[in-house]
Amino acid sequence: MDFQLRDERQAEGLEETPATFADSREHLVVVGNGMAGCRAVEELLARDGGRYRVTIFGAEPHVNYNRIMLSPVLAGEKTFDEIVINPRAWYDDNAIDLIVSDPVTAIDRVSQSVTAQSGRKVRYDRLLIATGSDPFIIPVPGKDLPGVITFRDMKDVDTMLAVAGAGGDAVVIGGGLLGLEAAHGLTLRGMKVTVIHLMDTLMERQLDEAAGWLLKSALEARGQTILTGANTAEIYGDGKVEGVRLKDGREIPASLVVMAVGIRPATALALEAGLTVNRGIVVDDHMVTSDPRVLAVGECVEHDGNVYGLVAPLWDMCRSLADGLTERHTGYKGSVTSTKLKVAGLDVFSAGDFSGGDGCEDIVLRDASRGIYKRVVIKDDRVIGAVLYGDTADGGWYFDLLKKGESIADIRDLLIFGQAFASGGGALDPKAAVAALSDDAEICGCNGVTKGQVVASINGGACSLDTVRATCKASASCGSCTGLVESLLALTLGEEVKSGPKTMCKCTSFTHDDVRREIVAQGMRSIPDVMQRLHWSTPDGCSSCRPALNYYLLCALPGEYVDDQQSRFVNERMHANIQKDGTYSVVPRMWGGLTNPRELRAIADVVEKYNAPMVKVTGGQRLDIFGIKGEDLPAVWADLNAAGMVSGHAYGKSLRTVKTCVGSDWCRFGTQDSTGLGVKIERMTWGSWMPHKFKIAASGCPRNCAEATIKDFGVVCVDSGYELHIGGNGGIHVRVTDLLCKVATEQEALDYCAAFTQLYREEARYLERTAPWVERVGLDYVKSRIVEDDVGREALRGRFLYSQSFSQDDPWAERAAGSHAQLHQPLAPLAIAAE
Amino acid sequence: MIDWIDIGTLADIPQRGARTVKLEGEKEIAVFRTGDDQIFALINECPHKKGPLSQGIVHGHAVACPLHNWNIALKTGEAQGEDKGCTPTIAVKQEHGRILIARPETLQAAA
Repeated sequence: MDFQLRDERQAEGLEETPATFADSREHLVVVGNGMAGCRAVEELLARDGGRYRVTIFGAEPHVNYNRIMLSPVLAGEKTFDEIVINPRAWYDDNAIDLIVSDPVTAIDRVSQSVTAQSGRKVRYDRLLIATGSDPFIIPVPGKDLPGVITFRDMKDVDTMLAVAGAGGDAVVIGGGLLGLEAAHGLTLRGMKVTVIHLMDTLMERQLDEAAGWLLKSALEARGQTILTGANTAEIYGDGKVEGVRLKDGREIPASLVVMAVGIRPATALALEAGLTVNRGIVVDDHMVTSDPRVLAVGECVEHDGNVYGLVAPLWDMCRSLADGLTERHTGYKGSVTSTKLKVAGLDVFSAGDFSGGDGCEDIVLRDASRGIYKRVVIKDDRVIGAVLYGDTADGGWYFDLLKKGESIADIRDLLIFGQAFASGGGALDPKAAVAALSDDAEICGCNGVTKGQVVASINGGACSLDTVRATCKASASCGSCTGLVESLLALTLGEEVKSGPKTMCKCTSFTHDDVRREIVAQGMRSIPDVMQRLHWSTPDGCSSCRPALNYYLLCALPGEYVDDQQSRFVNERMHANIQKDGTYSVVPRMWGGLTNPRELRAIADVVEKYNAPMVKVTGGQRLDIFGIKGEDLPAVWADLNAAGMVSGHAYGKSLRTVKTCVGSDWCRFGTQDSTGLGVKIERMTWGSWMPHKFKIAASGCPRNCAEATIKDFGVVCVDSGYELHIGGNGGIHVRVTDLLCKVATEQEALDYCAAFTQLYREEARYLERTAPWVERVGLDYVKSRIVEDDVGREALRGRFLYSQSFSQDDPWAERAAGSHAQLHQPLAPLAIAAE
Repeated sequence: MIDWIDIGTLADIPQRGARTVKLEGEKEIAVFRTGDDQIFALINECPHKKGPLSQGIVHGHAVACPLHNWNIALKTGEAQGEDKGCTPTIAVKQEHGRILIARPETLQAAA
């Protein structure tokens, strides 16, 4: 015996050596590759990733998938790939040895080893039994005929789909959740379905009689035949199933019979191994069986006399189990369960005890024509049960009240109308309803995720539905809580979520702020560098992220970064504004809106020479020449350069214009030289690339003729100095500026302007104008950086001027001199060859 | 018989960019070079509002139209996502370092 055992260990050692290193860690062997087993491993990894070497045995040939979602696969709403919970990569990434299609057939607790069907033998330090449950087969004649199946795994679904392809009649035995879902799926697949249910009410464990009746009527309206109080006597057929005979003699023809009468814990393996088993494998609060080296979790266990067949308790168990394995002593205290489901597209919810009895009171709302039924069961002023049919929106709230066990005496009158009314709001604002939930209220029943966990995940950086799903698993299974999660996103992130998910674009899961921070922190130097290091999901980004990355790099590395022309939007690449007919408009810079005869003559000459069909005065106090062809642009620019004019950057996410009024030189109200100041500001800021377009104005008195209070940066001159305004916008949403501060001298006005511009350049997200940026970060924040921090302001100004020393080369002059000529010239066809 | 027209070399087109080709009597053609140095050619008109696709941002094997940001698949000319429409494609090949495109009308005649 001794010898033999050693021998086997050697053989086993050989088999396992491909891991290439001697692994001294304790070996956790998991029997069952289903939702409970894998979730337990996930919980364990989350607590102490490297502690155990893990091997998982699965009877099925698949990775771990969501068994609850077999119904949508049957109904054709999802594919198998979409219901996979742990893809192959998860096993690989966590160095988990997965052995599929090889069920464990025996456990030897003396040698601490398991033997699988193939004869494979593996030794364990800890064993986790997660065998789930077996479908119950009613012992009637014919139960073994071909065409009689259960509804438990992917193989059953494949069988059903194969039979359903030919149409015909199907019988589903069992009018519980599983049976009705099978019936629904088969109906959608084109079969004529009869449901045979032993009890008088469908889903009697989840629904009371009234709701069960509503459900039956609705299903019958969809073409199913529902026979309640029907007892199966026999399944008949010659070599394969042909029909079902009831005890009362009725015969129902069928080419497929699905038995969905219930499940029972799969305990055979544990029984044979001599573990204590009642209805299920008996476990303590940390899921330890009668053998301290053997644990069990999921539907196969019995805890404190209870056996659970729903998914939510399973998650609680897995947490307790992982806590126990990592010496955290919390302990499983049993679960209160609720059921929220969609059966054949009908919403059904139930929770707690709704069987009635002494001291129980019912509050009931019926709206038969709309198919809505609500019943809340109360005992001693506390909610002890609820059944909802047709409208289950308040299910989570009732369940929360039930679990908390607080007195509802104060809201009793309105309780049945739901949370919005009972809480006093009246309006059915889903966000308010979610906001009112307590932190331990369950959001995702499938994965047992509470509101607090979802919020923590959002605060930890998850800012979209997908990232929430990836981080805390809420809404990752059946999806019925998606609306709740979206409301929590909106509540937690506030305004930010309005503009869509905060991730930069579909190419990355990082946000603009993440990307910017990492560019600086990791010293990234090019767009491919960023995409490589931040795991971009596309080969070279998209038209959203490339211009943003180009800007962020340009801003982070003034004078060093080489601008990527192919990541520029057409206008910035062509240094002109594309028009709907593919021609361009050209706007030369007019400093502070001032011009002279030489400039005007040059513009007039260009208009005539290139047949520009229109010239227009812009809102920014300059002239716009329309209808210039792409090929003519360099020549146009050369002519304008010759008269001393440079690009007006009217096409860029950049400084546009500085609008001025005539100021104290001419105006009888003028208090300062606003025109001169405007020209100085424009000379300082022109050519700077920004997150978005940036407009400045300087008005000579509070009459504000230059409209400085709807600009990104505005100066309003007063007798005693200069008021500086920020964050204005005259676009779709007009926003009046906020007053940043007042300064005494023109030089200060210039200095503050430079510092503010640089703060915006460094911290706003690409394509975020100053108005939403100031609203997002708050005026106080901007003041703290620009007004209250003299050293910081001076540093910002210094960085702006340094950056400007590289950006004030006229792009038009470069192009006129021949740079990037290929952007303006078509290819010349050389020769024509025939073949 | 297909007329193949030599329009230049790979280096004549910027990576992730495009150049245009004008042929007598034809609509302007946009010739694209992707990040992986493949060449595609389309009529230089977005199916939406005829925007010049040659001026769009080339990403993957698609181009974003400069006018309204429709994404057009370079291989098929089909608008991507929710947008519907198709731009005619032009056959293109690379030989001995040269890029050749098929004259659109002869392609149609051959097909």
